[in-house]
Amino acid sequence: MSSEKGSEPLFSKKNKKLITDPLTDNNPVTIQVLGICSALAITVQVNQAIVMSLSVLFVIIMGNLIVSLLRNLIPSRIRIIVQLLVVASLVIIVDQVLAAFLPDLSSKLSVFVGLIITNCIIMGRLEAFAMANKPWPSILDGLGNGLGYGAILIIVAVFRELFGSGTLMGIPIFGNPLPGEESGLYAMGYQNNNMMILPPMALIITGIIIWVQRSRNKALIEEH
Amino acid sequence: MAINKESNQFTFGFAIGLVVILGVILAVLSEGLKPYKDKNVRIKKQLDILSAMMDVEKEGITRANAEVEFEKYVKLKDAVILDYTGKVKKAEDGVSAFDIDIKKEFRDKTLAEKDKNYPLFVAKDKNDKTRYIIPVVGKGLWGPIWGYICLKEDMNTVLGVSFAHKTETPGLGAEINKPFFMDRWKNSKIMEKGSFRKYEVVKDNSGAIKGDSKIDGITGGTITSKGVEEMVNRTLKIYATYFKNKKS
Repeated sequence: MSSEKGSEPLFSKKNKKLITDPLTDNNPVTIQVLGICSALAITVQVNQAIVMSLSVLFVIIMGNLIVSLLRNLIPSRIRIIVQLLVVASLVIIVDQVLAAFLPDLSSKLSVFVGLIITNCIIMGRLEAFAMANKPWPSILDGLGNGLGYGAILIIVAVFRELFGSGTLMGIPIFGNPLPGEESGLYAMGYQNNNMMILPPMALIITGIIIWVQRSRNKALIEEH
Repeated sequence: MAINKESNQFTFGFAIGLVVILGVILAVLSEGLKPYKDKNVRIKKQLDILSAMMDVEKEGITRANAEVEFEKYVKLKDAVILDYTGKVKKAEDGVSAFDIDIKKEFRDKTLAEKDKNYPLFVAKDKNDKTRYIIPVVGKGLWGPIWGYICLKEDMNTVLGVSFAHKTETPGLGAEINKPFFMDRWKNSKIMEKGSFRKYEVVKDNSGAIKGDSKIDGITGGTITSKGVEEMVNRTLKIYATYFKNKKS
């Protein structure tokens, strides 16, 4: 990345790769297996997953930008602390804004917004990328990784909400499951799968995504 | 002038400067958003009160119209504040029953029993029947639990309850805010032969009969269930005295 010149176009091939790589062959969740904790916790509903993804997206882009701007000033002995400070402040901002404008979702996400601070993806990108790169590529890197994380979150949430509660974003898909007034699939004897609501199912679905991805691209399989 | 950014002075200066800047930003943000957050808390309280007396979802009451709907049903000017003996307290100037934070009073160990406030909300339902709504607060396993109990116009029969909790165990104690548990309280009577009758949260399934004072607890949520029992009995005893005096 050190060969950058002032005249480099904003969306050069290299910069585009910063966004597309984490979405596919270098996905932070399925390839690097980072940020799994939150992926398990808040993927019961698509709504929650979307808000969580946007929160992480905001924190990682802003965090990357700020750390990248300060990268030549940050004393190396306290760089991790400085990164933590920046991330923690951004997370508090997100938490406060959610509490003020999306109170219901905020209470559902509860501690998990606060736990964005400990999301390895964010600290990983700050330390590995933003500390060594210019602001613009850092923003793109944050965008790519945030989207990569969000994409997996939302895919898992779609499966879990659809088969666990029979809804998508709260909208009933399979009909009305209430006893006595069943309609749609429920009238034919269909039942929601409670297993889907439980955390282990998120792990299994993530595992299946990893399996599918690696069987399509054999180069991703690690050799031991 | 070249700065040695690895020197101790620079390291300390940088750390202090960054903390001060971030601190100021966060403080400003928190203060700026305070009105919104306070309003959300207020609306949540109104929704909780309403959900004790009706199916809020079915009535189409959401956060957006909660304030209007709340005023339609609950007449705050009829609300009274009781003391611990069940007598009506003289309201202090400017203190409305709605603004009394009973959770805070419950937590406050230094507050004498006689200084605690027990607000009672009076509401009218769609058919103009009077409803009495009693706020309750207590301790669960991990943290506070609270709720509202709505009595019918006879000041005796429970119309409905709404319970809430802060940090009870999901799937176990946290189930106290689920309809299956709250429905068990419906149609039970708080008084028998003119005096208060204690509720019992039981484990042996004997609470299955609807309308009596035995309520089935939640399996695996014993301490939370017992917390609900304690909270309801302690509070209702005070209100029962008030209702008894009012009826006679």
